[in-house]
Amino acid sequence: MKKILMSLLAMFVVFTAGNVYAGDSIKIGVVASVTGPASFLGEPERNTLVMLEDQINASGGIMGKKLEIIIYDDETEVNKAVLAADRLIRRDRVQAGIGGTTSGNTLAIMSNFTRAQIPLVSMAAAERIVNPVNPWIFKTPQSDRHAVTRILKHAKAQGYQNVAILTVSDGFGQAGREVLRELVPEMGFNLVADEIFGPRDTDMTSQLTRIRNQSPDAIICWGTNPGPAVIARNRQQLRLDIPLYMSHGVASRRFIELAGSAAEGLLLPLGRLAVAEQIPDDHPQKGLLLDYISQYEERFNAPVSSFGGYAWDALMLIKEAIEKGESAEPKSIRDNLEKIQGFVGTGGIFNLSPEDHNGLDESSFVMAVIEDQDWKIVSE
Amino acid sequence: MDLGSFLQYLISGLTIGSTYGLTALGFTIIFNATRVINFAQGEFVMMGGMLSVFFLSAMGAGLFPAIVLAVTCTTLAGVVMERLVIRPVQGANVINIILITIGVSIFIRGLVMLFLGKDTFALPPFMGTESLNFFGATIIPQSLWILTITMFVLVGLRIFFNKTIFGKAMLACSFEQKAAHLVGISVDRMVMLSFAISALVGSIGGVILAPITMTSYDVGILLGLKGFAACILGGLGNPFGAAAGGLIIGVLEALGAGYISSAFKDAFAFIILLAILFVKPSGIFGKAEIERV
Repeated sequence: MKKILMSLLAMFVVFTAGNVYAGDSIKIGVVASVTGPASFLGEPERNTLVMLEDQINASGGIMGKKLEIIIYDDETEVNKAVLAADRLIRRDRVQAGIGGTTSGNTLAIMSNFTRAQIPLVSMAAAERIVNPVNPWIFKTPQSDRHAVTRILKHAKAQGYQNVAILTVSDGFGQAGREVLRELVPEMGFNLVADEIFGPRDTDMTSQLTRIRNQSPDAIICWGTNPGPAVIARNRQQLRLDIPLYMSHGVASRRFIELAGSAAEGLLLPLGRLAVAEQIPDDHPQKGLLLDYISQYEERFNAPVSSFGGYAWDALMLIKEAIEKGESAEPKSIRDNLEKIQGFVGTGGIFNLSPEDHNGLDESSFVMAVIEDQDWKIVSE
Repeated sequence: MDLGSFLQYLISGLTIGSTYGLTALGFTIIFNATRVINFAQGEFVMMGGMLSVFFLSAMGAGLFPAIVLAVTCTTLAGVVMERLVIRPVQGANVINIILITIGVSIFIRGLVMLFLGKDTFALPPFMGTESLNFFGATIIPQSLWILTITMFVLVGLRIFFNKTIFGKAMLACSFEQKAAHLVGISVDRMVMLSFAISALVGSIGGVILAPITMTSYDVGILLGLKGFAACILGGLGNPFGAAAGGLIIGVLEALGAGYISSAFKDAFAFIILLAILFVKPSGIFGKAEIERV
């Protein structure tokens, strides 16, 4: 405990000491959920930013100026995120912000950055962050819409007609459900069943039996662990051979571990980071992804995750915007973020515009099938 | 309404309901001995599952030894809890002791989260994953294990309470502690025994459920809540009412999700619970409490 306190104190000293040479450094403030329930997202994000800070400064900083990243942990609490954002803006006087880790925290701190006229690049996925467009707010993860479109395009290519959806009753699932209910009919499918399960439910055979009675061509499940793993197991138990699509919410090894043999044959959209070795050599993201993976795994001795990639994209987009406008003024960073075209990041190729503050589309996902307890990219 | 679907809902309801029932049994046993609702009961269930996973993966024990170890450790945890936090406040207001059990549940949850992690873990099934056909419904071997083990636990408890001297002594304590004390029963020891048995029953529930539903440090909250509802439904204080209450809640949930709407699955059980409590406040199998004034 004493050790933790000491290192916290040390971190505090390092952060505040940074104020001394404020004039000739570029300051970027981060609000991340390094601890608390979302720590599995926030920790790789923090690690990635720390690693990039060292790398950028070792190679001469941004436009010759030292890059200084100030990270505050919001402990996955909305109040602490707002306080941290306030402190970054008022006391640390950052030129740009990154965060929050979760959609809720991002939505809570957006107004602080907008009021202070400082650009904020979020690492959270919710579409509401960038739709409607807020001039000062950007985000790096793909939207649910992109994942849904990717899945439905795959389903269309297979000639499926009737689709059933099964969504979890939390924020992630209900946001997905909204998009699914909109896009499934729009892309020419019939929505034959719309079932819901609770985030902590332990048995979904009732829902699957109801779905089976509607005999759909495919089922799309939207949720995060452990629900989808239970569904995969229940599907195996019921001997359902209807194809099952999962969301990108379970794009982790843990899902395969939990579902075990029931995961075999499931389809899901994946960011290319998860399957970097399998993407063709001439793909522009390949080299960057392999570099990021090896650097991260060497330094932190932990497997890389797509969440760290969101932080990578956020920081590198800000760096690109600073270099593009040759200025680290918040207004210039904001203006130039909107002009970034064809920027290769970990999540995809970003094409930002005043109307699109995310810059990704469904091509940032590949469809993969789970085979032999691993992902395998499927060609259409 | 086709038979296959109906049976499927029924099987899934009975399977899940069994574990609600086992949790409810734990509540009842401690309530009978102490008049206290032990809100750490869900945590015993969680420990059964989580410790099995721990002994299996981290210690490399086989599945069966891991389960025995986990159940033993949880039972010991029940005893330790009684010795360390319940006995010192003996004679305190029931509400105070209930609050203490809530504290213990938070403590156990935190401890498990700290040492075993926040992830969800899966325990391998006891025997095979290939599901069996049953009149158009499918049933996995683990469901049969759950139903059989629950039956055995119920029969075992019945024999314990009706035929053994310890069981009879515990029953005596539940009727009238002072009188039990006067005829030479060590009430202290019976209270400790009640915690041990509840922890044992709870952890067995956790272990048999884990292969189907997976387990994590926080599964105890919801299971505890459902188990509590089950023992209210069955009539607080009646062990077999509690088990039946669990099965009823499990089946209602499954049928509700199957025939009406999955969005309100959790609501059905609680609506029925409220309705029954309006009509019969002592629960389905409970005897109305008569108090002399």
